[in-house]
Amino acid sequence: MNIAVCVKQIPDQSVPGKLDPSTHNLVREGKLILDDSDSYGVEMALQLVDRAGGGEVTLISMAPNGEVSGLRTALAMGADKAVLVSDPALAGSDALTTAKVLAAAIRRNPFDLVMAATESTDGYTGTVPVQIAEILDIPSVSFAKKVDIDNGVLKVQRQTESGYDEVECPLPALVSVTAGVVEPRYPSFKGIMAAKSKPVDTVDVAGLGVGALGVGQEIVTVRAAEERASGTVVVDEGEGYQQIVEFLESIKVI
Amino acid sequence: MPLSKIWVFAEPSESGISTTSLELVTAAAGFASTVEVFSYGVGSEVGQLLGDHGASKVVVVTDLNGVLAGTGVASVMAQRVPSEAPDAVFFASTPEGRDAAARLSAKLNLPVLTNVVNLSIDGDQLVSENAIFGGSEIVSARFTSSGPGLYIIRAKSFAAESKGGSAASVEEVSVGDIGSAGKARIVQSHVEARTGPKLDEASVVVSGGRGLGQQESYQLVEELAKLLNGAPGASRAIVDAGWVPYSYQVGQTGKTVKPTVYIACGISGATQHMVGMKGAKNIIAINKDADAPIFTIADLGIVGDVHKVLPKLIEAIKAKG
Ligand SMILES: Cc1cc2nc3c(=O)[nH]c(=O)nc-3n(C[C@H](O)[C@H](O)[C@H](O)COP(=O)(O)OP(=O)(O)OC[C@H]3O[C@@H](n4cnc5c(N)ncnc54)[C@H](O)[C@@H]3O)c2cc1C
Ligand SMILES: Nc1ncnc2c1ncn2[C@@H]1O[C@H](COP(=O)(O)O)[C@@H](O)[C@H]1O
Repeated sequence: MNIAVCVKQIPDQSVPGKLDPSTHNLVREGKLILDDSDSYGVEMALQLVDRAGGGEVTLISMAPNGEVSGLRTALAMGADKAVLVSDPALAGSDALTTAKVLAAAIRRNPFDLVMAATESTDGYTGTVPVQIAEILDIPSVSFAKKVDIDNGVLKVQRQTESGYDEVECPLPALVSVTAGVVEPRYPSFKGIMAAKSKPVDTVDVAGLGVGALGVGQEIVTVRAAEERASGTVVVDEGEGYQQIVEFLESIKVI
Repeated sequence: MPLSKIWVFAEPSESGISTTSLELVTAAAGFASTVEVFSYGVGSEVGQLLGDHGASKVVVVTDLNGVLAGTGVASVMAQRVPSEAPDAVFFASTPEGRDAAARLSAKLNLPVLTNVVNLSIDGDQLVSENAIFGGSEIVSARFTSSGPGLYIIRAKSFAAESKGGSAASVEEVSVGDIGSAGKARIVQSHVEARTGPKLDEASVVVSGGRGLGQQESYQLVEELAKLLNGAPGASRAIVDAGWVPYSYQVGQTGKTVKPTVYIACGISGATQHMVGMKGAKNIIAINKDADAPIFTIADLGIVGDVHKVLPKLIEAIKAKG
């Protein structure tokens, strides 16, 4: 069982984000970290390969400036190797371009399954995984909350607006997972040491051999949203509920 | 009308067509002279409802046989785009809507604008708005490439309005051969039973988060919601923890709600949660941490323990009868 896991390396989300005033691209300076959303895919892939009794987990990432810190975290969790696409030409790529690049990177190694997260923390288009599946011409199951493989058949519980569907699908296929699908492990000290010598195959756009990559959309303006004024904040001394009752009465809910 | 034709991917619901889809049809009818809908899992009776909201035609894909709806309908749309040339296609920000938009985008090499919360016309072109950084900034964007613009639009961005139009014509089509994408099949569907008003339509929403401490405490949220004729909701933290089903989730990846009052109990107010409830008319928050971000948008904030405040609140409301 060989699994390609898409992992995005993103700016630390505890630092407020900003846009470059001239290009309107997200400023990505400083160290990038593994997107939490993708740690679930990494863990799920490690467990599936383990259950299958062998195979490889290959990380796939597109990031500027040859960034590998997020990849090292996922390698330390136990992934075997990584393909990193890094090229200044990719700055400001939209979701479709990203999907084309990632699909080409995935093709560099044999795979039975592609994993991704339902949406990234900083981009949250939620379209990249299924775009990848279409480009690779494979079936996709998005919004997975449980994933199993049984006799070469992928079995997924897929979240729907009103519950969930049990979906089955032959391999190769793509699954995008939600948080909560598994509990990601913390890298062990041994894992962190081992990660340092695991192979990272770094390629640029020319090396990938993907055709023309235009971006078909542009940002026109960015403005501050209207702020919602904050109201009254009171410390509960045992009577806080009374304030809520009065508020609900004032808006005629009770 | 600035545009000539917009397509809408519409999802079914118990009442025929989902409210979110009707919002998109209404919005489309404000921008284009012709609105055509692509749907599935519905009968020809939806022609009236959709016509009422401004659509003239409904293409219903009839034989999905377990194929994921987004995938199947996108395949039908892709075959027709070259000859029917819509100016834009609208999708809701739902699992099916995202699947459909992503498949269509990659099939036709068209970019997608996502998380759209507003649309306007500039000249003869649509300009979309989406909120970033937890809603603190609004980005306006448009397409620079040719071909139909694909837009994934968040629920409650537009109001659904019945305009009293005549029934839309209904065309039933077969999904045809959709290749390997069609190999993923639903073998069984599970609907999680809920009672009371629907989360995204209720005028009162009471949501619980990790601050409840344990699954059993969610009962307090349910009880309060019931007393107020509202719907219980949740943060993703407690959905991931398995305390409540995903259909309860409010936020970026869950439902968008715009009730008269939203009561957040033990929820910190992460940007991804606030995106889904900021539009509430009134917000009440109970959190024991005075610095919790939820207080920055609350009309009434109670710094306190949910385990102390909620039982008293429930008793007081019960006492009022
Ligand atoms: C791509 C992406 C999409 C996401 N989508 C969503 C989404 O759709 N919806 C969503 O909700 N989240 C979403 N999240 C997750 C989000 O970032 C937060 O992790 C989540 O909202 C936190 O939930 P919480 O507020 O319940 O938990 P926490 O952030 O852990 O907050 C718990 C709060 O409870 C308070 N508390 C503790 N004990 C008590 C007590 N006894 N009484 C009162 N207060 C108490 C604490 O002070 C704290 O503020 C998403 C994240 C990502 C990356
Ligand atoms: N630059 C990237 N590198 C690797 N994976 C990515 C990248 N962008 C998106 N993905 C994958 O696609 C998922 C959804 O991203 P998005 O469509 O941007 O919300 C992410 O969680 C990743 O699994």
